[in-house]
Amino acid sequence: MARMKFICDSERCIECNGCVTACKAEHDVPWGVNRRRVVTLNDGIAGEKSISVACMHCSDAPCMAVCPVDCFYRTDEGVVLHDKDVCIGCGYCSYACPFGAPQFPTNGTFGLRGKMDKCTFCAGGPEANGSEAEFEKYGRNRLGEGKLPACAEMCSTKALLGGDGDVVADIFRTRVLTRGKGSEVWGWGTAYGRPAGAAAVKTEATKS
Amino acid sequence: MKALPLLGGLAAVLMLVACGEKPQTAATLKADGKPWETAQTAYTAQGWTAGDKTAWEQQLRARAQGQNEYSRAPVKP
Repeated sequence: MARMKFICDSERCIECNGCVTACKAEHDVPWGVNRRRVVTLNDGIAGEKSISVACMHCSDAPCMAVCPVDCFYRTDEGVVLHDKDVCIGCGYCSYACPFGAPQFPTNGTFGLRGKMDKCTFCAGGPEANGSEAEFEKYGRNRLGEGKLPACAEMCSTKALLGGDGDVVADIFRTRVLTRGKGSEVWGWGTAYGRPAGAAAVKTEATKS
Repeated sequence: MKALPLLGGLAAVLMLVACGEKPQTAATLKADGKPWETAQTAYTAQGWTAGDKTAWEQQLRARAQGQNEYSRAPVKP
């Protein structure tokens, strides 16, 4: 099996926040913590695009690299998880993460910062699979039940895809090829410019 | 009179207890179980058996295809 991955199809996301609600309900996520959020680009302008963002379970996760107590680990399925008994709640991971995935529950009179909480790809944590302790700390372990993350399975427009990276990529590729557009928001083209733009720049450089 | 040194010794031990060092063991990462080895419950999806990695992988692939509407309704030519 390849690595577990999420991808959000910006052409389909209708900003309904169903994924956010599904996640909060499934894992009893405390008030103030959002393991998943919907981000809208150019909000209010015609052609606005929305994407659902959570931990992307990076192959080379920066949170793992900066954690001073080494509380992160990666499962065989490529899911990045952490041990809350080891976490000291320092917040380094939240500065390192480009997606803002690490969340910190604040409670008490002085807003005491608790242990880090983030998307687990519905894979629980290091406690015994399906146990009460695992649910209390990390939420449901749907992978252990043979299910995919609740956010992806609940998505009404199937904008948010989750599962085996190969399968998810195939589904997304089929969509893009069928409709002839829609790969722009996520990926290389967005980060580094479209190939057409790059070609134009190259031509200019050659002329000068 | 014999009890006096004993009591003195006991008091000294009790007072020195505070000077002792408590063992400090850092919490270390616990080993996580494999998802396909999770005991099946009423909430477990049908179609695979606990402990069978291949069946579990197949189950997840089949479930992921539920997100692909083109596998349910073919594309019009």
